[in-house]
Parts: sequence; structure tokens; C-alpha cells
Amino acid sequence: MNGMVTRISGATVCVDLPDLKIGDRVFVGVSRLTGEVVRLEGRIATVQVFEDNRGLGIGEPVTTAQGPLTVRLGPGLLGGVFDGLQRPLYKLQEDSGDFISSGQDPFPLDCSRSWDFSTECTVGATLKTGEPFGKVREGHIDHLLLSTRDGTLAQVNTGKLQLENPAAHFEDGQPLLGWHSWPVRKARPVRRKLPPVTPLVTGQRCLDFLFPMLKGGVSIVPGGFGTGKTVLEQTIAKFADVDVVVYVGCGERGNEMAGLLDEFSELQDPRSDRPLMERTIIVANTSNMPVAARESSIFTAVTMAEYYRDMGLNVLFLADSLSRWAEALREISAALEEMPGEDGYPTYLGSRLSGFIERAGVVETLSGTSGSLSMILAVSPPGADFAEPVTQACLRVAGALYMLDTQLAHRRHFPAINWTHSYSLYSDTAMAHFTEQHGEWARLQSRCRDILQREEALREVAEVVGMEGLQDADRLLMRTAEKIRLDFLCQNSFTDDAYATPKNTLEQITTLIAEHERINTGLKEGALLDDLLMEDANASG
Amino acid sequence: MRLAEHRYSSVSAIRGPLLFLDRAFAARLGELVRIETPDGRNLSGEVLKISGEQVLIQVFGGTQGLDTRNTTVSFTDAVMRVPLGAGVLGRVFDGSFRPRDGLPMFIPEFRMPVLGAPINPVARAHPVEFIETGFSTIDGLNTLVKGQKLPIFSCSGLPAREMTDQILRQARLTDGGNFVLVFVALGLTHFEYQFYQQTLEHMQSRFVCFINLADDPVVERLLAPRLALTVAEDMAFRQEMDVLVIITDMTNYCDALREISTAREELPGRRGYPGHMYSDLASLYERAGRIHNRKGSVTLLPTVTMPEDDITHPIPDLTGYITEGQIVLSRELHQKGIYPPVDVLPSLSRLMQHGIGKGQTRKDHRDLANHLYRTYAKGCDLRRLEAVVGRDGMLAEDRLLLDFADRFETDFVHQGKLRRTIDDTLDTAQRLLDEFREVTR
Ligand SMILES: Nc1ncnc2c1ncn2[C@@H]1O[C@H](COP(=O)(O)OP(=O)(O)OP(=O)(O)O)[C@@H](O)[C@H]1O
Ligand SMILES: [Mg+2]
Repeated sequence: MNGMVTRISGATVCVDLPDLKIGDRVFVGVSRLTGEVVRLEGRIATVQVFEDNRGLGIGEPVTTAQGPLTVRLGPGLLGGVFDGLQRPLYKLQEDSGDFISSGQDPFPLDCSRSWDFSTECTVGATLKTGEPFGKVREGHIDHLLLSTRDGTLAQVNTGKLQLENPAAHFEDGQPLLGWHSWPVRKARPVRRKLPPVTPLVTGQRCLDFLFPMLKGGVSIVPGGFGTGKTVLEQTIAKFADVDVVVYVGCGERGNEMAGLLDEFSELQDPRSDRPLMERTIIVANTSNMPVAARESSIFTAVTMAEYYRDMGLNVLFLADSLSRWAEALREISAALEEMPGEDGYPTYLGSRLSGFIERAGVVETLSGTSGSLSMILAVSPPGADFAEPVTQACLRVAGALYMLDTQLAHRRHFPAINWTHSYSLYSDTAMAHFTEQHGEWARLQSRCRDILQREEALREVAEVVGMEGLQDADRLLMRTAEKIRLDFLCQNSFTDDAYATPKNTLEQITTLIAEHERINTGLKEGALLDDLLMEDANASG
Repeated sequence: MRLAEHRYSSVSAIRGPLLFLDRAFAARLGELVRIETPDGRNLSGEVLKISGEQVLIQVFGGTQGLDTRNTTVSFTDAVMRVPLGAGVLGRVFDGSFRPRDGLPMFIPEFRMPVLGAPINPVARAHPVEFIETGFSTIDGLNTLVKGQKLPIFSCSGLPAREMTDQILRQARLTDGGNFVLVFVALGLTHFEYQFYQQTLEHMQSRFVCFINLADDPVVERLLAPRLALTVAEDMAFRQEMDVLVIITDMTNYCDALREISTAREELPGRRGYPGHMYSDLASLYERAGRIHNRKGSVTLLPTVTMPEDDITHPIPDLTGYITEGQIVLSRELHQKGIYPPVDVLPSLSRLMQHGIGKGQTRKDHRDLANHLYRTYAKGCDLRRLEAVVGRDGMLAEDRLLLDFADRFETDFVHQGKLRRTIDDTLDTAQRLLDEFREVTR
């Protein structure tokens, strides 16, 4: 059935086409631009167009895709770079050059590639939805192919598998392919959610030691411009102890994506000794790409993340930045002339956001294994003022807050995580784990916190009386605190120090604190600080 | 393609820069229209919105003298395109691409759409090559590289204009190469224009200018940077030149954006600026870059005046979220007589990492820069203590740090109108640090 365009206001287009549903994908105009139905009034549907629609005219044809916007899932996603609609950017470059043009819709998976398909299923085996019917080797992981329905197998192929060829057939003749589609806005089903229990090691001392993250947890990283959100996200993407990383550049810079691609194709994954890109999926919808596709980009990405989680893997989802997603939502809402809420964001911002963040977690998959999807989300509050709607909405659902501090960033204290205002609700669980594996984590953590806190108070005193005016014990504390800040909490991402194992982290802080306690004991016995420091320096050579 | 030209005289309303046309048939979004005024002048405009047969048009060049009875509008069936070719070099245009230098229009070789298309992120090459501005604070501590966008955050009354002017004269590639400047002035006063004109006369055709004066149409303030960037992209990615685009002042651009957004009755956001200002600014700034397997580059160095000296104002704030760093000017340094008054502490070039060192600038660059920055930052910290306890109440080593901070400002930051090559800059840095090491020994 054909319809036509009746009204065009920027990327928001009204079309006359009956029988559409909200969320349906439509092709708009002669260049067949992808759009999504966002509102229905009688026969008239309002469509948000995901591509540049300049040149579109009234009366141009509109057709329906007979279903919602989907993501294509199958082997070969790892290492891929996609836009917010899951269009493969390398393929797009091959087809249409260095600049992105509208109306292109290449298939996101490589159908010409053949995979070694192996299976333990035999003819007559019954499959349930979500149950694996075989696997292929993708990079360093066993990529399980999951059944999309219940049924009994009538035929099974093994050996070389290309994606458009069936891997098996059901009794009713239906083929089982190596790939399937899934609606972007629909969370993939699981048996049940489990509580997160295992630490997610980021390799950042400040995070692992003071504000640890769990696999299946959600943390947010709000910070003004230049405070280090992107560097932190990318560093974690490199080193986190997970199987798969999905990184979304949502409304951010093109040059950053170029940097990330360069680096990730060169670097090795220390755990598997294979290129980092092989465990990574990148979704890049930069700030100058269409706004509606920016809005969908995080859903496209999280669906791919869920897909790998469903194979029983640990997946980390990183988004930079969720604020740009919220702004896209606001732009779309404004174009629809909806009633604005706080700061012009639509009133459904909070529910949309929590619906999205709820897709994180540890799960028991449909086939009974467990997998996890963790999220670390950057937020860019206007004017670095955290009392704004997006930061606040995120805070309500996140389990950890890594607050980046403009003052620290100006002093080049990176990662500029504010240790007073950040928190992690996962701390106790993670600490129990770390303590079991590496020793007295908890005591050191609280000692370290205490020293940093007391430094803050002392600094105010020192500003009035000068360092000279402080007592020896206080001077020692200031000295230790400075060491903790500069040598331990600071971690330059552009050096070899970029990653620290939990073991090293613990060793380092143990040494720092032990030195402090030793000198402190000396002071209590009546010695002078300067003498003790001198001794110490001589002793260490 | 339409067969016959569509001409209408059914203008139903004119509001600010917007024109509403009724009973128009088959308009296209973004289509370029020609508008004939009652007194026979020709203007152009662009289709913003189409609702059935009603069309909303944004008029370039001001709506003075238009009426609803005798104004005619004809549709061109094309989006707005920019004339391109070697003939643009050395020329001065206005915000509608009309020559402003008294010479006839050049003969275009071809035309490209004014809004351009986004560079495919996988086609981008990461910026790494050094551009010398002649200012120590930029070259030494906040290095600019080809393909970067690095704004100057100024305050009213600070010499951003002098800096821009000097960069126009001094900027160069240290490894040679085909270097061109594109200068875009938005909302410029006649007085300021005269000031820049002298500079342009010395530049010998290695430039293209787009000048929108303060009394020129506001809509053209939005158009001029897009024309300039389309020209820059063509020179960079087709003609393999390294193009440095200097825009002054983006605050005027943002104010124009607000004015037009209000006329369109869009929902105002923070301080009245439209909610889409981030995306709008990004659509300009993201046109900077390099592309794999192509020689040229587009680099952006815009000036932003921070209203009320407030870096959290939406204009500098959104800019900072889009650009790859910022050069921040300080009123305090200016009052001390230091030129350029760059405050290096909040300044940052995020792409500096890859653009300095052996093969780019000099082997010792990174170490010198880190050292200089750290020592100066320490000195600045101590100034607050000095204000409380006085200089005499401080440790001897702290007093030396205070001296260093002063010397850094007068000898490294301050350079007057003198141009410093990157070697001059690094030598100055080395000398300061050596002297400091000498006294602290
Ligand atoms: N861990 C780090 N180690 C060393 N340098 C860092 C680190 N984190 C940040 N930086 C420095 O800070 C700069 C800005 O960081 P980044 O680009 O991550 O900021 P951002 O918060 O993402 O800003 P925006 O919101 O504008 O995107 C970097 O270019 C780098 O120079
Ligand atoms: Mg960033």
C-alpha cells in the first residue's frame, strides 16, 4: 500500500498512509529515507525521519516496512562500526564515499563471509526459543546461534555457513538462519534477573579501590566539558575485564571516533592477545549526523549488547553521552509540539531513561546460563551544574556515581573523579570479593577515605597559617594525602600506568599507608617529622 | 524535476525573516527560492516547512520592503548551492556570497550544497600535524593541529581582535604545504572591518573572506559560516589544501540563531537560546577534520565572547562541549598588561598529545610543556596563600615558585606583537625552567 507526504517540518513529516502502528518503520519519499511512526491521528501518521531529508517534497510516496525498526543480529557484529540505525559505516563508505549520503541501506552483516558452524543438535532435537542450536567461532568467543522459536529440527547442516543460508530446518519446513532481526525498542527476554555480585575490574585505581563497579551494574559519569568523560570511557573500554564491549558515540565528536578506531585496531586485548577491535562493537552517531538516529543509537547499541549477553557473556555498554541522547529526544518532542517539562525536556524523559537503563543487569538467559550487561554512561550537564534533569533522572536509577570535577580537571588531576561526592552502592559486595582474593581491602579503603577527608579540613587551616604553622602530625597527613592523590588516584591514560590490576592497586595503597603509619608512630615517640622523612629518604636510597 | 517554473504571488504573511506562502504546489524542504520585491530587487530564500499548500520560507537578505501583494516567489527545484572553484582565492564576499571587494563575481567551476554532508566517522583521519600560530601559549602549551576545532574564549574588551589579526598574518605550517586562510566575520562593525582590511591587503590571495557587517541581514550571519565551510571543504578535500578557518565572533552567530528561532516561535531553552543550538553549532564545527587518503584539512579557530565573562553561559558552554579544547583569555592578565592574555590553566588543546614531539615539533616539547604547566600551577596556587600570610611569611622555596609564576607571565605568556616560532617558544620555556632550576638548587 502506498501513501504520500502531506506535511514537512524539518525531520518531522506527516504522511497519509492507513494501517500503520506506532513504532513502525516507513520509507519516505523517492529516496526511501528511513523513518519511524511516532504519532497517529486518523489516517495521518507523524513520522520522524532518520536521515537528511532536504529535497523531500509534498506528495512524494511513502511505503511501510510492515513492522518496527529492527537491529540485525548474527555473527560478525564484533569489530563492526555502525551508525545509529545500525548501518555499517565501512560498507557505507565503500558504497558512497567519505561523506554520508541519504537513502542508503546496506545490510549490517557480511553475508559473503563463511563461518565454521558446529552443533550438537541432531535431527529430531526439540528447541525452545532462545536455546542455542550451534555455534561459530567469532574472534575470541564462541558465538552461540540462538533459536528464534520453539520447534523440532528436521534437518541440520554443519560446516561452512553463510548467513543467508539456513543452518537447519524445522519440521514445518521453516529455516533457521544464522541471523535474525529484533525490534530496537524492545528488551530481549530473559528468564529472570539476578543480583549483581562479581566486580567489574576497570583498571582505574580510583574506581576499583574507592567506588567499585559490579558486572551487571550501572554507573554514571557526569562532568562538565573537558573533565575527562570520553577519556575515561575509552580507557575502560580498553581494559575492563569483560567479554564484549559496546561503545556508543552518541552525538559527540567525529575526531574522537577516528582516534578510538585507530587505537583499537592497533592495540591488543591483554586477556586474549587479539586486536581490541575484535571484542568491540562501535556505534557512532556523531553530533552532526541526524538527530533522530542519535536518539535511536543507544537502543540499537543496547540490543546488540543484549544479544551477546544472551550467549552467557559479560558485556559492557559504554555511552558518550547520554545528555546528547536526551537532547535529541527534546528536539524531537519540540518538533511534535508536545508540552515541555523541565528545561524543555519532555515529561517522559525519566520513564524513557529508566526503561533504557533497566536493560542492564545480570540475567538468567532463556537457555538457563547467566550473562551480564553493565553500563557506564557519560552525562554532560549544561554549565557543569548537576542539578539538571538528565543527571538527576540518571541518578535515580544508577548504582554508582563517578562525578567528574572541573577544578580537578583544571589541575590536570585525571581521572578527575571527585572522591567526596562520588559513591558506589556496589562497594560492599565488590569489597567482600576483593578482600577474599587480595586481602584487607576494606580497612585500607576506609583509612584512605579518612586521610583524604582530613586533608580537606586541614587545607583550610593551612591556607590561613601556612604549612609552617601546622603540627608535625598534620603535616604528615597532608604529605600522605598529597601522595595518595598524585601517585595513587591520578592515573594518566596516555602512559603505561593507564591500567592497574587489583593486586597492584592494593600493593600500592598498602605501601603508602604503611609508610604513613610508620612515620606517625615515630612522631608519637617524640621524633621530628623532618628527621623521620630524612631517615626514610636515606633508607630508600 | 518540474517542467515549468513555479511562480507565486500568494504571500500571506511576513514575520521577521520569515515569509508565508499560500497555495504553493510541490515545494521541497530546503529548496532555494527566488523572491522578487515590489521594487524589482531579487532576494533568495529557503523552504523551512511545508504544510499541504502552505510554505514557510526563510528570507536571506532581510525582509525590508516586502509586501503581501506585489512580492513574487519562484521555486528553483534545487537546494542552495555554493559556487566553487579556484576563483574564490583572494576574494572578499558578503554573507550571501556577493563580492564585497568591488570585483566581478568569479566564474564557478561547479556548485555544492551549502549544508554539506557529514564526514563518515570511519573515513576520518585523526588530527596529528602541527599548525604554528606564532603565540607561545598556543603553540607551546595548547598546540593546534590540522583538522582540530579550537576556540578562543574571550571577554568583552579583551584583545581577541588583535590576536585574530595576528594569527591571520602569522599562522603557518612548519613543514610547508599548501596553506590557505578562510576568514569569516559575523556582525562586524565598520570600524573593525577597516582594521582587518589592512591585514587582508598584505595576505596576497592566500585567503578567502566572508564579511557580514553589523548592519547586514541577521539571517546571513547563519549563512556566512556555512558558505565559508563549503568553500573550505572543497579547497581541502578536492584541492588538497590545508585550510585554517577563522571565525569571529561566534557569539554574534548564536544571537542571530536565537533571534531567528524566536521569529519561528520555537520553544526557547536556556537564556532564550533554542534547544537545538548544540546540534546547530556541531553542524558547523564538525566540518573540521581530515580524511584518510586525502591530503588537505579543515581546521577551525573561532572566537567566542563569553557574555558577562561567564564560561558557564550557554554559548561558551555548548561550544566547549563540541570543540577539542579551548584557549581562555583572562581579564586579570590583560590588566597586568600581558599580551596575549591567555590563561593557560583552564586552556587546553585536547589533540595536542599527538601533534607534538619528535617529527612534529621538537623532541623536548612534551616535557617542557608539562613542566612549565605544573610549576606555574603551583605558583598560582601559592598566590592565594600569599594574599593571606604575606610574602614574608612563606617558605623560601614557595617564594621562588611565586617568582616563577610572575616570570612565566611576563616572559612566556607576554610576547607583545612579536611572533615566536615554535623554536623561539620552546627555547624561552627552556630558559625559564633552567633559571628556576638554578635558583632552587
Ligand atoms: N585519565 C586521563 N589521563 C590523562 N589525561 C586526561 C585523562 N582524562 C582526561 N584527560 C585530558 O583531558 C582532556 C579532556 O578529556 P575528555 O575529552 O575525556 O573530556 P570530556 O569530559 O569528554 O569533555 P566533553 O564533554 O567536552 O566531551 C583530554 O584531552 C586529556 O587531555
Ligand atoms: Mg567527551
